[in-house]
Amino acid sequence: MSPRVTRLVLGLAAPLLALVAAFAITSLVLIIAGDPVGGVWSTILQVPAERNMANIINNATVLYLSGLAVAVGFRMNLFNIGVDGQYRVAAFTAAVVAGEAWLPGYLNTALAIVCAMAVGAAWAGIAGVLRATRGVSEVISTIMLNFIATGLVAYLLRKVAVREAGSNEIGTKEIPEGSRIPSIPFSDNPAISLYGFLVIAAFFGFLFWFVLNKTRFGFDLRATGQSTTAAVASGINVTRMTIGALLISGAIAGLVGLPILFGDAYAYGSTFQSGLGFAGIAIALLGRNNPVGIAVGALLFAFLDEQSNPLQIIIGVSPDIVAITQGVIVLTVVVSYEVVRRYGVRLEQRHVARALEQSDEPPAPTAGTGHDESKGVTA
Amino acid sequence: MSTPAPAPAAPPAGEAPLAVRLRGIGKRFPGVIANDDVNIDVRRGTIHAIVGENGAGKSTLVKILYGVQAPDSGTIEISGELVSLGSPADAIKQGVGMVFQHFMLADNLTVLENVVLGAEKLHGIGGAARAEIKRISDAYGLGIEPDHLVEDLGVGARQRVEILKVLYRGARVIILDEPTAVLVPQEVDELFHNLRGLKAEGLAVIFISHKLDEVLSVADEITVIRRGTTVRTVDPVGVTARQLAELMVGSELPSPSTEASTVTDKVLLHIAHLSLPSPEGRPLLDDISFDIHKGEVLGIAGVEGNGQAELVESIMGMRKGATGDVVLHGRDLSTTSTRGRREGGIGYIPADRHRHGLLLDAPLWENRVLGHQTREPSASRGLIDKRAARADTQRIIDEYDVRTPGVDTLARALSGGNQQKLIVGREMAGAPILLVAAHPTRGVDVGAQGAIWAHIKKARREGLAVLLISADLDELIGLSDRIEVILRGRLVGSFDPSDVTPQQLGSAMTGAGDDTTSRETA
Repeated sequence: MSPRVTRLVLGLAAPLLALVAAFAITSLVLIIAGDPVGGVWSTILQVPAERNMANIINNATVLYLSGLAVAVGFRMNLFNIGVDGQYRVAAFTAAVVAGEAWLPGYLNTALAIVCAMAVGAAWAGIAGVLRATRGVSEVISTIMLNFIATGLVAYLLRKVAVREAGSNEIGTKEIPEGSRIPSIPFSDNPAISLYGFLVIAAFFGFLFWFVLNKTRFGFDLRATGQSTTAAVASGINVTRMTIGALLISGAIAGLVGLPILFGDAYAYGSTFQSGLGFAGIAIALLGRNNPVGIAVGALLFAFLDEQSNPLQIIIGVSPDIVAITQGVIVLTVVVSYEVVRRYGVRLEQRHVARALEQSDEPPAPTAGTGHDESKGVTA
Repeated sequence: MSTPAPAPAAPPAGEAPLAVRLRGIGKRFPGVIANDDVNIDVRRGTIHAIVGENGAGKSTLVKILYGVQAPDSGTIEISGELVSLGSPADAIKQGVGMVFQHFMLADNLTVLENVVLGAEKLHGIGGAARAEIKRISDAYGLGIEPDHLVEDLGVGARQRVEILKVLYRGARVIILDEPTAVLVPQEVDELFHNLRGLKAEGLAVIFISHKLDEVLSVADEITVIRRGTTVRTVDPVGVTARQLAELMVGSELPSPSTEASTVTDKVLLHIAHLSLPSPEGRPLLDDISFDIHKGEVLGIAGVEGNGQAELVESIMGMRKGATGDVVLHGRDLSTTSTRGRREGGIGYIPADRHRHGLLLDAPLWENRVLGHQTREPSASRGLIDKRAARADTQRIIDEYDVRTPGVDTLARALSGGNQQKLIVGREMAGAPILLVAAHPTRGVDVGAQGAIWAHIKKARREGLAVLLISADLDELIGLSDRIEVILRGRLVGSFDPSDVTPQQLGSAMTGAGDDTTSRETA
């Protein structure tokens, strides 16, 4: 096998290994708790109905964007824990801008999306500047910014909110119909459809791949992630890259809430979906920060969420069991990637040694058996 | 090739009982045989040197003897008893102690605290321990004061603390891994004096080195290791360094000797009043000025930690706060970024290739791009040109004899010498004006060393200016047209390599000014 094929096979082996381990551990938890293992898995692993399928893809779209946002940071060894806060302030901003409808139709949509990205980037940029200029760990600062974001949005929501008739819920003004993103039909039933934002998410997935793998900026970013010291010596301005990476991460995080906003909720209210940022961390890990891998991870998480819903009704098991599965996946995936990585390095070293032994010239001294004319010691 | 090998004579201490007996030691790593059929006898009251080039398997052997790694085959006997060493703790229990090349001391603790750390059970942490340290220090002439802070000690004294630590734990066999690498010649003499003291007390000293002159002067027996196996054990009396080296390498040696001077009077690099302040007091670099001409190699000699790394990194624009002028071929680069300086024509072979030179987990072609992201052929118009970068990587592999299956191999999988050859090839790409080479042959095998020397000489012939930093004085003398000595961040002396001895350089490096020994104890 060529090294590239080997790397691909190894890359797939790791998440599979992690999944198997996660399912085994979840089963163990079920057995200990005395719940029906077979029943749980047969409910979760059944083929989803059309309606559920659409839900899975829609949720996966949201999770995908969250995973991408985290992955940008991961590629540079930055832990953007703050996607949660970034998407909240961004979705709120987008909802206000789109609700005010200063521009007509899709111009309004475009403006709202740009504003969301800018606000998300700015929110993450605070952590970037603190990290680059003051050495504050972005883990700490983004977690703190999450709290501030939650408080800030709740506070501002009261200022701009309109109360819906007959409800205690408050929310921003509804987005006018002309600015909503049309859904993609999924079945004969017009009620079952996909977020139109899916296309935009896929585009950002492509952009992520292109920028990271094809451009100089992406090379600099990956190089900095692999070795800051080597990056500095090669002439990369690490300070600028740190801020840049967090800005981009935040900008993508700004998109996370938008599929829901423009395809379903049409307003930002006090019940707007939360916790999407943390799922993104798990999904980025599972997907190895690779745009295709993240898509698979997002689909898997969305699948588990959706399929666990009827557990309570059908066999009386709390659907929270899949949260355990998801959590365990994150742990096992980290372990199995490391195991597979080490195995891959050994394989590669062996491959190099073998390739060099076959060549005519003797290989580097450590890599050969050598034939010596005199051996032995004096007694 | 001349037949090496004086006949193995009976070692002088042939009657003394065996302290260590290794038989048929083998250790394989995937794809690499680190040790194969290693047989060594070390007698009490002797200094036994193990020599071999980098990568010959010395470190693996030492790790096996110190219990860090388990051998795949073979037996270890200590004082006639068959032992199995599962961990360093086992080794210490058997009376085997180790002094590592990189000291393992806590700077902010005293000597006493460092010595008792982890061995509190032996003599406690108070007066009894202090008395024991004094006793050992006096018995072996180490000159160690238990209550001094380690951070106040010089390199030589720190090494003696390490030796004392090992003795304190009751070692009868002491392994020293490349102990002279960090010392200047005068300190080396002192170390050898101490080692002879240990030997006189009946201890066995195992001395790992690749500096043959030192080995010849101190060892009672020398075992040569090549490609993981013991080639021969010789008596230092009646064997020359050259014969030993040929045993090590198995063939004729390359030597760094300079060719006819190619120095011109055209200044390519002009450094003036380069200073780098440090937050705590004494500046790291203090008013350094020098010129390097077209076709000239300027060597910088100095004990490690006297500003060499800071000098290189300031020239490369990697140090914030550096002041002074860096002018390359008439262009002032003093305020230019590292990338700008590289684009301006500086090639950089960093001292630590794993930290500064390579992306270990990236394929070779990406490593070719590193540092050249903005230049042809690696990139064009903001995009990485993968095809051209791969093609040029293949060119480097061919021209610089990088032994690798292909351009997709991860840098980590290559041996040190091949990694370094790739770096040299990369830095010579793009027609540099100045080559900054920091320890270019550190940790590479003799074959790669010769090749890298040849490339530096070629660069000089082609009219580059070369700044060479090295801890290997022979390398400096052999390659340089001029040698400047750096001490505490200042250039303190300029020497002509054609009539300077390592001893003279060593004196200048310690600031002794003459050849008298300066002891660095506090």
